[in-house]
Amino acid sequence: MAEDGALRAAWRTPRGRAGLGFLTFLCLLALLGPRLLPDPFRQFGIVELQSARPSAEHPFGTDQLSRDVLSRVVTGARVSLAVAAIAVALSATLGAAVGLVAGYLGGAVDAVLMRLVDGALAVPRLFLLMLVLAVPTRVPLLALILLIGATGWFGTSRMIRAEVLRLREETYVRAAEALGASRRRIIFRHLLVNTTGPLLVAATLGVGDVILLEAGLSFLGLGVQPPTPSWGGMIFDARPVLESAPWVGIFPGVMITLTVLATNLVGDALRDALDPRGA
Amino acid sequence: MTRVLDVRDLRISFPTSDGSRFHPVDGVSFTLDRGETLALVGESGCGKSLTSLALLRLVPPPGRIDPGSGIRLGETDVLALEGEPLRQIRGRRLGMIFQDPMTSLNPVFTAGDQIAEAVRAHLRVSKAEARERARALLQEVGIPDPAARLDAYPHQLSGGMRQRIMIAIALAAEPEILVADEPTTALDVTVQAQILEVLDELRRRRGMAVLLITHDLGIVAGRADRVAVMYAGQIVEEATTAELFARPSHPYTLGLFASVPRITGPVQRLTPIRGTVPPPTAWPDGCRFRPRCPQAFAKCEQPPGPLPVGPDHRMRCWLAEGKGA
Repeated sequence: MAEDGALRAAWRTPRGRAGLGFLTFLCLLALLGPRLLPDPFRQFGIVELQSARPSAEHPFGTDQLSRDVLSRVVTGARVSLAVAAIAVALSATLGAAVGLVAGYLGGAVDAVLMRLVDGALAVPRLFLLMLVLAVPTRVPLLALILLIGATGWFGTSRMIRAEVLRLREETYVRAAEALGASRRRIIFRHLLVNTTGPLLVAATLGVGDVILLEAGLSFLGLGVQPPTPSWGGMIFDARPVLESAPWVGIFPGVMITLTVLATNLVGDALRDALDPRGA
Repeated sequence: MTRVLDVRDLRISFPTSDGSRFHPVDGVSFTLDRGETLALVGESGCGKSLTSLALLRLVPPPGRIDPGSGIRLGETDVLALEGEPLRQIRGRRLGMIFQDPMTSLNPVFTAGDQIAEAVRAHLRVSKAEARERARALLQEVGIPDPAARLDAYPHQLSGGMRQRIMIAIALAAEPEILVADEPTTALDVTVQAQILEVLDELRRRRGMAVLLITHDLGIVAGRADRVAVMYAGQIVEEATTAELFARPSHPYTLGLFASVPRITGPVQRLTPIRGTVPPPTAWPDGCRFRPRCPQAFAKCEQPPGPLPVGPDHRMRCWLAEGKGA
């Protein structure tokens, strides 16, 4: 099945439409929002506008440094989405490559790769990341993204491998071999395109995971470093004023929830659209 | 006649769970000359498809071709090749068509893409030229409006159309041998005849050798020059087609003929061969057809070798003694 067909089928379901709609809105917001809103770093008045209630001027209120929470949430969307998109693209690429090679070549290559993946899956991802991120005092954003991406492909590789084990028994793979197609060609042409469906589902669900993970890391102070706004970091910063000025933490929290929910809705809708057993 | 394929004492074995090995193909020998059609006939599980896969070293692991076997493509010793040289003979020297055209084409690529891919796997030509060759091949296999069909996806094509595209793919690198493994089994009878006609015409025009693998004696009659009947991993009888149809001699071949309905003559009950084909793990000692053979006698406990029945006619059966030459 063609993947654009799957996206269209996902759009036809209510949850797919809700999820895709919200994500589209979020992307537009992240792209255009910062141009229309006040500077997220600007302090509007350290005394009179410290932790100010939501108002017409500052719809989401201000934080304890008198910065506009709405601006920071929108700029945070930019950071969160960029982190998620790049990290997931990296994970999907690594996972697909390892899964394809292990599944098609089989034998010792498969055994070694899959035992390594087993080992990696046995260590909690958050723990692994904390271990690495806690050592240097400042972690550049790009390094954070690459680390998140490099630790997110283990499950994907297993899934792709399972898919390849099924696909390689297909006659067209045998036919391609009989034609003299090289291994590389069979793996990256015949097999890869036939795994794009499950890969797309895994990547979509992975976006939600990464947003949560990045928020968690930032909340622990190990993720995106201040003053760059990120949703997790904003909740972390809001802790001391959470009782007196809950809006400082609630809005980024709501955004995390909605975004993760939306990606999961899209992922589920795609999965149903691509599952030949359904419908 | 130029010999293009020479298979000698081919044995293929698979391991069993207790550590021994069984041989689904056990001592198969045949040759193929330029421009000739050899039919390999047998029931499911007799080893005919495995034999054809072995020609390109595509026996699925953990199966292997046993030492002592010989496969020569012209002057090339196929069993001595590895890696890139092995890849280069696949499709280039020997093209293969599979049974089910519904699953032999990759569903996500167009027909033209897949033919062009086969062209470019072996010939150094530009993409545009590969596409032009693909179009010419489609024309050659009798597809109407070939230029338009290039951009069709497999699901938009009928079974007969897809099998023609498979043939075009197999022919893309201009191999000297075409192996057709049950090319018409999945097709309607009318389409079957068309496909066989295409194969026959290509053989004549290109001087290719064709190895036609089938379970259908009816297909063999009009198309093959010679017939080899396989049973339980061995060729049990081999003769020219005319000779085999005139004087089928092996009890298994006789059984096959008796189980085919005839249009002429009085209507009578078909005679099936009693029993079933034993699995390759449980082949009997001596003659493998012995437990099912109506004419078995004491000597059949010894395995018979290929014995002459007449000119160009051999069989693995002790009954040939006395009949031969």
